[in-house]
Amino acid sequence: MEKLLRLSALSLETDERSLLQGDLDKIVGLIDAMQSVDTRGVLPLAHPLDGTQPLRADAVTESVDRDRLQRNAPRARDGLYLVPRVVE
Amino acid sequence: MDNLGTLTGIRDALGAKAASSVEIVRDCIRRIDTARHVNAFITVCEEDALGHAARADAAIARDGMRGLLGVPIAHKDIFCTDGVRTTCASRMLENFVSPYDATVVARLRAAGAVMVGKTNMDEFAMGSTNETSFFGPVANPWDVGRVPGGSSGGSAAALAAGLVPAATGTDTGGSIRQPAAFCGVSGLKPTYGRVSRFGMVAFASSLDQGGPMARSAADLRLLLHHMEGHDPRDSTSADEAPTPHAPQRTMNVGIPREYWADLGEDVARPLEEAVESLRRLGHRCHEVSLPHTAFAVPVYYVVASAEASTNLSRYDGVRYGHRAGEPADLDDLYRRSRSEGFGIEVKRRILTGTYTLSVGYYDAYYGQAQRVRRLIRQDFLDAFGQVDVLLTPATPTPAPALGALTGGVDPTVMYKQDVYTVPASLAGLPALSIPCGFADGLPVGLQLIGPHFAEDRLLALGEAFQRETDWHLRTPTVPEAA
Repeated sequence: MEKLLRLSALSLETDERSLLQGDLDKIVGLIDAMQSVDTRGVLPLAHPLDGTQPLRADAVTESVDRDRLQRNAPRARDGLYLVPRVVE
Repeated sequence: MDNLGTLTGIRDALGAKAASSVEIVRDCIRRIDTARHVNAFITVCEEDALGHAARADAAIARDGMRGLLGVPIAHKDIFCTDGVRTTCASRMLENFVSPYDATVVARLRAAGAVMVGKTNMDEFAMGSTNETSFFGPVANPWDVGRVPGGSSGGSAAALAAGLVPAATGTDTGGSIRQPAAFCGVSGLKPTYGRVSRFGMVAFASSLDQGGPMARSAADLRLLLHHMEGHDPRDSTSADEAPTPHAPQRTMNVGIPREYWADLGEDVARPLEEAVESLRRLGHRCHEVSLPHTAFAVPVYYVVASAEASTNLSRYDGVRYGHRAGEPADLDDLYRRSRSEGFGIEVKRRILTGTYTLSVGYYDAYYGQAQRVRRLIRQDFLDAFGQVDVLLTPATPTPAPALGALTGGVDPTVMYKQDVYTVPASLAGLPALSIPCGFADGLPVGLQLIGPHFAEDRLLALGEAFQRETDWHLRTPTVPEAA
């Protein structure tokens, strides 16, 4: 659980933690039912219509108004996003 | 409240100048207020909507009716709307205002539809009861002590209560079809790629699909016409011809036996009567088998959770969304912003997805799920070699009571409710949910599943069924808010 929380960048209160620990065990139990299917020789299906990633020309087609976009930023200044200091 | 009428009815009344858009939109706003205890809306855009309606009336007077000019619509609060907040029913996006419209919103706007508001939903579309919303649960208009289904529960409840004649929804594992069934309305999950995902907040990218919700199959057809089509801004958007409107024909309808095995008598009876109705209309109905059906729920919860854990990694408290106060350092900022911003069901799915994607488990879970997904799709492709469409129940039961599946209850009980809707999602197939009767006063829905891009077939059969029956015209009496 500690590792999953670190990988997910989440932390949990004590009561949430005991609840989710139990829930995860039940969910793993649910999904383990698919382990009984014989899938030897079956290719994984990543896209339901076997689509492939289309490529477009590397050209500027539109641009975003930075000030407007950054109105959603909890903290921004002079066009920059602010975060706690990472380099001393 | 009296009946608001259907989308096609409203469009025709506007075209005949028998009603004005301002009158109709004002009526919608009044109804939304009267039914505010249903909690179907997160945001209501009264001023914008009335302004837009007045412009629509002027355009109709000047140039005549076109498309959906002046017709009110509600958008699920997962579709980005320029200038109107898009919350995804999460504290994380409580104050997020998109700088652009989703393609679906832009197309409906271009067709003249008037957005009256944004509907409530399960947080980030994760849930089958609409109880995971940060803005509180939605009530089922047929019985306000019951859930409307989810995740597009606000859209379904708004339609059932007669608040709007049309709404958008999104469907990842049944989020259009299941609430449509619980609320006695019609909903279509199009083929994966039929409707653009651009500007639709991502949950599980290989499954998510936007679609129309309304009061009849004919109304769904009209909405789909204004939503579908290739979008270069969505790399998974299909470059297909628009859905045709072919002449009626007799169809071979397959009834997959795996979908009826555990069905309760109360839900089975209306469905069996629906099969009889289709037979009377000349359609041939016979049993088929989809042998991997039982594995669809496990596969779905691996694929959807894995993709969700990846998609939701973008919420970092830096560029947009909730940010924790007084962070000690960058890691603390990420962890607390996410932990405060996401609700318990979202955390559950992120942790599940992180687990199944982690080193040492990836092939056993995600790899195996993708291989079984291919077998599930192959079941459908084989069946469509014999039949034109499949007819199944939309849900195992009618709408459960509020709280029956959440709040400390084993989450896998709720997940298993998706048993009839997730297989078509995994296979990327179009599927229609329409009302076919009642069990103890609660609506029961039937599902029609078709081959890829065969929406026309589903809508044609739905329209034929709705010409013979009046289940879709039944409306609940919603008590007014105190």
